Amino acid sequence: MTARIAASWCAGSVLCILLGVGVCAPWIAPRPYASQDRENPQVRPSREYLLGTDELGRDRFSRLIYGTRVSLLLAPAAALMSVAIAAIVGGAAALSGRWVRRGLIAVTDLLLALPTILILLTVRAMLPLNVSAWTSIVITSTLLGALNWPAAARVVRAGTESVIHAGFVLQARAAGVSDFRIYIRQLFPNLRPVLTAQFWILVPAFILTEANLSLLGLGVSEPMPSWGNMLRELENYSAIPERPWVLAPLAVLMIAILCLYTVLPQREET
Amino acid sequence: MRRAATAGRVIAGCLLACTLAAAAKIGGPTPSGGVLRLVIRAEPKTLDPHIVVDEASETVQYLTAGVLIRQNRLTQQLEPALAESWKVLDGRRAIEFHLRTEIAFSDGTPFTAEDVAYTMRRIADPALHSPYAETLKSQPGGITAVVRSPSVVIVRVPGPVANLPELFDQISIVSSKSPKKYAATLGPFEISEYKAGAYLMLERNPRYWKRDAIGRQLPYLDGVRIDIQSNRETELLRFRRGGLHLLNGLDPESFDRLATEMPGAVRDLGPAMDSEQLWFNQVKASPIPAYKREWFENTAFRQAISGAINRADLCRLVYRGHAIAAAGPVSPANRAWVNTRLKPAVYSPSASLALLSRSGFHLRNGVLLDRAGRPVEFSVITNAGSKSRERMAALIQQDLAKIGIRLNVVPMDLPSLIERISRTFEYEACLLGQNLDIDPNGVLNVWRSSAPNHQWNPNQKSPQTAWEAEIDRLMDQQAAASSPAKRKAAFDRVQEIAAEQQPFIFLVHKNALVGISPNVLNTKPAVLRPQTFWNVDTLAVIAPSSR
Repeated sequence: MTARIAASWCAGSVLCILLGVGVCAPWIAPRPYASQDRENPQVRPSREYLLGTDELGRDRFSRLIYGTRVSLLLAPAAALMSVAIAAIVGGAAALSGRWVRRGLIAVTDLLLALPTILILLTVRAMLPLNVSAWTSIVITSTLLGALNWPAAARVVRAGTESVIHAGFVLQARAAGVSDFRIYIRQLFPNLRPVLTAQFWILVPAFILTEANLSLLGLGVSEPMPSWGNMLRELENYSAIPERPWVLAPLAVLMIAILCLYTVLPQREET
Repeated sequence: MRRAATAGRVIAGCLLACTLAAAAKIGGPTPSGGVLRLVIRAEPKTLDPHIVVDEASETVQYLTAGVLIRQNRLTQQLEPALAESWKVLDGRRAIEFHLRTEIAFSDGTPFTAEDVAYTMRRIADPALHSPYAETLKSQPGGITAVVRSPSVVIVRVPGPVANLPELFDQISIVSSKSPKKYAATLGPFEISEYKAGAYLMLERNPRYWKRDAIGRQLPYLDGVRIDIQSNRETELLRFRRGGLHLLNGLDPESFDRLATEMPGAVRDLGPAMDSEQLWFNQVKASPIPAYKREWFENTAFRQAISGAINRADLCRLVYRGHAIAAAGPVSPANRAWVNTRLKPAVYSPSASLALLSRSGFHLRNGVLLDRAGRPVEFSVITNAGSKSRERMAALIQQDLAKIGIRLNVVPMDLPSLIERISRTFEYEACLLGQNLDIDPNGVLNVWRSSAPNHQWNPNQKSPQTAWEAEIDRLMDQQAAASSPAKRKAAFDRVQEIAAEQQPFIFLVHKNALVGISPNVLNTKPAVLRPQTFWNVDTLAVIAPSSR
């Protein structure tokens, strides 16, 4: 148990460091992420360029730092949105009448059945073209959040249904308290661990979804870096033995995901 | 006595050496049979040779089809194939073919002029939607074929077609009588096995009509195995291990890696026919702000953008030096039609700014503003997943930032992109590539203002600018001209107008990069497709792969 707590603390600290690095990117990164040193493309790691440069002569280390900021802010924001929608839809499905419940369950099941990545591609293709890199991050995170709540909503509905017949809820109902108030005041505090667990489950999932989208060239737009679009350098995998430092974004991504999953059980128990 | 014997042995040795050398010169290496291994990157959409539109189907068609005239990909000249000779008649509205006799399809069905007539009727059938029918029609009307004798046939097209003989390089002759229909071939190979999603096995056509210089039956190969393999890394790995013999269209990074590991197995053939270009949306009815369309319609604006793009950096950084800066629409690979007087735009941000300032634009605090004080900002769409285009866009973004222009790069999936550039016109600029036809008649659908592929402003009822009207006139003039010199002069002028007006901002011509296994003999790679195996009937594999 002690080892588990220690691991959890360790993982939490690493996550805090990564988040700190991401937030302080403009002050930590040695160079702007978009700056191109065209005379020095694909150079090896050196004192000047800690992780070398990419094909366009951009400092890979600076891009990794900025990419950490993008990926670590985008995923929790999207997860928060998903959990909020899930809390509303799941709660409403559990508390409302037969037809509304059936309707909400049908919408949830339909969204679960549709391939999210295809919906993301379609919706993204319909969005305005003239947007800044930061707007593209907001759009990507909104899309992720708006499309990935159904699984969490089912869990919330099940959680709500499990406590809906508890004595304190029946008592509140008998006292004439409205369903909305019961949900906010009585049920929501009981659902908080479920929602927290859903949040921590969704964060790594969204980091990976953003990475998948970026790998397809449809995530965060150029020149803004993210872990996902930096992973595109690994497409030519036979070149990796010559340039192992291109694995750095993958290593950071794996560390972040591992830390998130290590932190998760501890949170569930609290 | 001994001296005489020695002299005799020397003379005999010399004679033997001369004979072997002559045999090698005439006949090339001894054919060894074997199976050539190739790869296609997608499933062929069709095996019907008359409705081929994709590259994978084109590969299968090239290896199996018999054509009347074949273009030598190396010399770019036409050579007789199933037709021994041909004559263009009636102001390029008809062509008379004199066919080879005593030739049979792969299943033994004899080949006659009736098969050519049947082929032309099949292509002309509107129900088939053959793309070849469109290329043969410069005017509305039908395509007809009249059989004069079993070895003479005249094909008539509705209007004059300047490159009429060249078009027959694409048209596979199919049998009118064979029960196997188009599966009976006149080409070097026929399909023997097809496993969808995995591979196609082609085996030697035992009745192939062609023989080599010393009368040996072609092709030398026993067969060709075409694997369907979309992953380029796996393709590269298999080539390295000897599991593949030929690679077409290598990307620069893979090429450089292979060049280090297997220096003798890769060839940079120089600029190919492909070009990469950027264009602005000038469609009047498009839903873009009017002031932006005004920028895009301004020739000086387009010229300034062109001059602000560092093409040398595009070639060096994106294509690792395996590309050249484009001067105009025609690549130097197209030796017959390139206008060699054209030079690529000179990279000069200061000259671009001067040009823009003469058109009412001005720079304030590093931001370019138009006459009304609006910041110059636009988006460029390109197909997601194309690393080279996304890198080019990132470089152009930085180049344009130097003259105060903000460029937003928007990669999107190809179907959405096609929808935007051809139907909804909801875009501002587009970065895409083109593989233009070798003959100007093949690009009529690009340069004519009424054409659907006149990308910057397609389907115009009447030309909206004087220079587009001039291009229309010149393209019609070259299409109707009988003299090659007159055609060339007209098309040279089209290229000059395009370079001056910059409706397409031509960026680079990529080099044709190929991989050829040392086990394959007689290869003569060319920049025209199919680059490595255009002479497949004379290729030989010396160590058949057992993998």
